[in-house]
Amino acid sequence: MTSTESLIDRRQLSYIAAQAADARLNVELETEGMTLNIGPQHPATHGTLRIIARLDGEQVVWAEPSCGYMHRGYEKLTEVRTYPQVTALVNRIDWLGSFANEVPFILAAEKLMEIEAPPRAQWIRTILFELSRIANVSLFLGDLGVQMGAITPVFMAFRDREYVLNLIEGATGGRFHPNFDRIGGLKDDLPAGFIDETRVVMKKLRNFCDEMENLLFGNEIFQSRTRGIGVIPKDVAMQYGLSGANLRASGVDWDLRRDQTLPMAWNKVDWKVWTHPDGDSYARCWVRLQEVRESTRIVDQLLDDIPSGPVMAKVPRIIKVPEGEAWVSTENPLGEMGYYVVSKGDLGPFRTKIRSASFNNISIVPWVLKGVYVPDIITILASLYFILGDIDR
Amino acid sequence: MSTDAVAAIPGDTLRERIVDDLRSAIGDALLDSLVKPGDDVWVRVRTDAWRATGLALRSLGFDYFCFLSAIDWMPSPFGKGEDDPTAPAPERDDTIAQGYAGGETRMQVLARVVHPTLHVGVNVKCDVPDSEPVVESWIPVFAGANWHERETHEMFGIGFAGHPDLRNMYLPSDFEGHPLRKDFPLLARIVKPWPGIVDVEPLPGGSDDEEGDAE
Repeated sequence: MTSTESLIDRRQLSYIAAQAADARLNVELETEGMTLNIGPQHPATHGTLRIIARLDGEQVVWAEPSCGYMHRGYEKLTEVRTYPQVTALVNRIDWLGSFANEVPFILAAEKLMEIEAPPRAQWIRTILFELSRIANVSLFLGDLGVQMGAITPVFMAFRDREYVLNLIEGATGGRFHPNFDRIGGLKDDLPAGFIDETRVVMKKLRNFCDEMENLLFGNEIFQSRTRGIGVIPKDVAMQYGLSGANLRASGVDWDLRRDQTLPMAWNKVDWKVWTHPDGDSYARCWVRLQEVRESTRIVDQLLDDIPSGPVMAKVPRIIKVPEGEAWVSTENPLGEMGYYVVSKGDLGPFRTKIRSASFNNISIVPWVLKGVYVPDIITILASLYFILGDIDR
Repeated sequence: MSTDAVAAIPGDTLRERIVDDLRSAIGDALLDSLVKPGDDVWVRVRTDAWRATGLALRSLGFDYFCFLSAIDWMPSPFGKGEDDPTAPAPERDDTIAQGYAGGETRMQVLARVVHPTLHVGVNVKCDVPDSEPVVESWIPVFAGANWHERETHEMFGIGFAGHPDLRNMYLPSDFEGHPLRKDFPLLARIVKPWPGIVDVEPLPGGSDDEEGDAE
């Protein structure tokens, strides 16, 4: 093709384009697609999640999270650690609810060793588990406001979470990474005054939930930005392996605390599993709010009758786990957290598959973000609730 | 009411029945199974029936996709990284021994699906041929398998036929090797042995001191 020909072509093309543009103006405003990078560091993404979104105007055509900014290779590292050392690692998967990460791993090791923690240890484990859930999810509730431009809730959340963290610190010595769970029981008994202090804090947390309910959930802006947004139907949620409040908000009545028999104390007390039929962002947030309330009730009831006795079963000094495979998962603050532990009768696991809740919860993002508007990306991500360390492990 | 429902589930018969149902659905593609009463179910299926197994499980009501991963059964040639890097490499047992429900190959794909109302899960395994490590993708069965297969592909080098986009999830795209394979060294441990692994000091009065020879 000669240069003159191509020049004519271009002129023709631009003419046609101009005509077409004029014609289209009256029909609808069409814009060219653009790719928007949200993150890796952005105030509205929790941590270093990066979302690559292709937009048509204000609408998302295609979006995908880009993970791996916090991949630490825990599955590989467990293969070179001994069983008691692994809890220090898995603590850091979901760092807002650390104690809850230790429990399923320890339970898996105990299952292989065919030992069970004494009742008192089971009770205290459950209490600490629920305390870490409260600490975790109360921060979610505060953070939720920030995502939608409300600044106040996050201060309230940090204020009230501090009481819970103080309790955890008082019992375990660690605010964020307790590393308190041992194969066969717990490192230590509860400190003096823990029970009374916890009762006071649980009351404060219930007040916090009421405050949040009035401040956020009754707010018109909050409702209009979450109701009917990011709807995930039941069957899609199951296919993607969504768990925890995300699954229950889609109307699936499933809670691993209730639906499986574990050597924990959940089935000893009276509590309710909250579900919501809508499956939208509002439902996910609402279910979590109810869960914090329910957790405070669980803790209160457990405090009433902690059995007496030792907190540690008889275990060998050097822990060797017999050959076998075990899967244990629990209902963690973020959802189903499980460990598939393969043992070869060694000091450490042969292979550990860490099934973290956020990995599955976030894998639905490409599906759920299709067709939403840009500001809704943030609220949907906030309502799905993930912890970066829990995605990347 | 809920705890009664759990207690009413008859452990073994229920799980045995699941294996029988699966066997009648996929026939002799089900190679081996193991039922631990009141605990869990393991089945191993033929590689070419991997997707058919997924579909059969879904039609049996196992709608909840839990995870998909793989296991490398080769013992690590590097041990637990407790060796002195200056000394010659010690002799290690390198026999490959598969776990529950047996197996023939070094690597196996492992997935878990759960029945949402019975609350019973099934661990499904399938052998991955050493010569051509490819199995069928489960995306047509469970859309959520997408990311899990990407992760498994990156970490174990197992391909998934029919997966649209096996990009790396975590590592840079030009990364060489598959980190979760046992023959991939954990370099930090090779350079400097982990002090913690020998820090298993028997307390006074303890009789087990198998680890006493480590320094």
